Amino acid sequence: MNRVLRLQVPIRIAAAASAVGYEEFRGPLGEKFDFHDDSDRFGESTFERAEGEIGHIALNLALKKAGLSHTEIDLLFAGDLQNQCVASSGGLLSFGIPYIGLYGACSTLGEGLFSAALALSGATALSRVAVVTTSHNSAAERQFRLPLEYGGQRTPTAQWTATAGGAFLLDREKQGVLITHVMAGRILDYGIRDPANMGAAMAPAAADSILTYLEKTRTAPEDYDAIVTGDLGREGSALLSELLLKHSVRLNNHSDCGSMLYYEKKQDSHAGGSGCGCSAAVLAAHFLPLLQGGALRRMLLIPTGALMSPSSIAQGGSIAGIAPVVCLEVL
Amino acid sequence: MLVDVLNAFWVGGLFCVLAQLLIDLTKLTPARVLVFYVVLGVFLGAVGVYEPLYDFAGCGVSVPLVGFGGAIARGVREAIHTDGAIGILSGGLTAASVGTTAALVFGYLAAIFFKSKPKRM
Amino acid sequence: MDQKHYERRVAARAARSPVFKNCIAAFFFGGGICALGQGLSFLYRALGVPHRTAAALVTASLIFLAALLTGLGVFDKLARIAGAGTLVPVTGFANSVVSPALDTKNEGLVLGVGAKIFTVAGPVLLFGTLAGCIYGVIYAVFYGFFL
Repeated sequence: MNRVLRLQVPIRIAAAASAVGYEEFRGPLGEKFDFHDDSDRFGESTFERAEGEIGHIALNLALKKAGLSHTEIDLLFAGDLQNQCVASSGGLLSFGIPYIGLYGACSTLGEGLFSAALALSGATALSRVAVVTTSHNSAAERQFRLPLEYGGQRTPTAQWTATAGGAFLLDREKQGVLITHVMAGRILDYGIRDPANMGAAMAPAAADSILTYLEKTRTAPEDYDAIVTGDLGREGSALLSELLLKHSVRLNNHSDCGSMLYYEKKQDSHAGGSGCGCSAAVLAAHFLPLLQGGALRRMLLIPTGALMSPSSIAQGGSIAGIAPVVCLEVL
Repeated sequence: MLVDVLNAFWVGGLFCVLAQLLIDLTKLTPARVLVFYVVLGVFLGAVGVYEPLYDFAGCGVSVPLVGFGGAIARGVREAIHTDGAIGILSGGLTAASVGTTAALVFGYLAAIFFKSKPKRM
Repeated sequence: MDQKHYERRVAARAARSPVFKNCIAAFFFGGGICALGQGLSFLYRALGVPHRTAAALVTASLIFLAALLTGLGVFDKLARIAGAGTLVPVTGFANSVVSPALDTKNEGLVLGVGAKIFTVAGPVLLFGTLAGCIYGVIYAVFYGFFL
């Protein structure tokens, strides 16, 4: 199996923007996000439409940063957490950009960057491609868990779906933050059935992807300034270290977007953040500026997804994980 | 009177602690614990334990969901005595009617006057 | 690590809920709600309401209170601390009816609120009624009401 794809022409991330809700703005990265709305409604009457609006706002801001009009974008890859990805199709409808909807649970950002990079490097007719991913806590609670006003207690391993989104504009320019390698994840099922412990469901996929990527590229963790997982949370991150240690791999430069989004003590997220918008907003607001500023030269981004639905959980099914890899370098 | 309030307090509190233990220490979800409590209430009513317990603790046993079950058991029994076998079908919901109707009506009114707010940590 | 080993490891390291703290909160909140009910019951009886009617009024009052707190967005915050303390009393039943009603408002009053209002509380009604009927059948047979 040829898993790691080295791009013949590296693809640049020309611009990126993020939009978040109340809890994310209150978190340690709060000031870095381009846009926030404390009401979590983003001017919409339902939380489902609010999620669409997050993507809309983020893409508009990214276009503004790049000084581009939406008519200059040839293709759009987008995904979210709602059934049939309706937040993306609804929120991004008005741009009129040719669109491909993606679903990879919380790993959708990885799928998006993977697809966009391959599309740009393969099809010379394309000059600019956008990637947008979003999630909304209230929409996710309603779809996957319980009514918003239901009085219950969350278990300590539960994660908090982020009200967040990010938009990325990709092109073929040769200077800046470049995507040099991509790798699709494998679907891995380690029999975890607890939807309140998704970090545990995703950690084996992240470990598999990291080990495979390092092996196939003949690199070591030290060759990267940062190895960043999507939303394993604190529980999943600890399990990832354990799994990697079994293969004698130790990550001293590991960060997890889900663990970074909220304060551990001051905010009660339990095991950390999750959702398609989590890694997108953290990449756009935190890691890309570090790459652009030269603080990081080379990093691996491994968005992680827990593949399940309310029906699959109710029917006693286990939760599979997936973790695509994107290598970002500054040249 | 104060003794009655105190008895309601500690008996009701203990029912809640038992449920909390079931939720935290076993794999039972809150919904299953509530189902267990209602069925337990019917059972206590059926074996004749519910009534003396109610006489002792009052709202301490009737306010927890056990009381919902206890009321259903009593309703079924009384309806059978007054109406015969059809009481099997009529007694339960009649006894549970105040709670159910109040929840439905107030729930509907709440949906008209309020809307869900986003969750906060 | 194979799957069995991993599942055991996940279960072993997963943080437990703070059981003791939760139980204390459940005791005082749950006990408090029951004591409030008892107090209301005395109040209604002092106002001349017959015993059984007073009990029904207490139920309705607590349900009203829980519905109001749910609508105001306070109930879920209390319940996060109280746990089973607000879940087990009839307030929890009320919240489990009111919260889906609020939540599905945007899907319409008939197919949203109407169809979804029992999504959380349905099991309690079903199994409570079912248990009552089973008891009724046994009771009727035992006392010869079928004859």
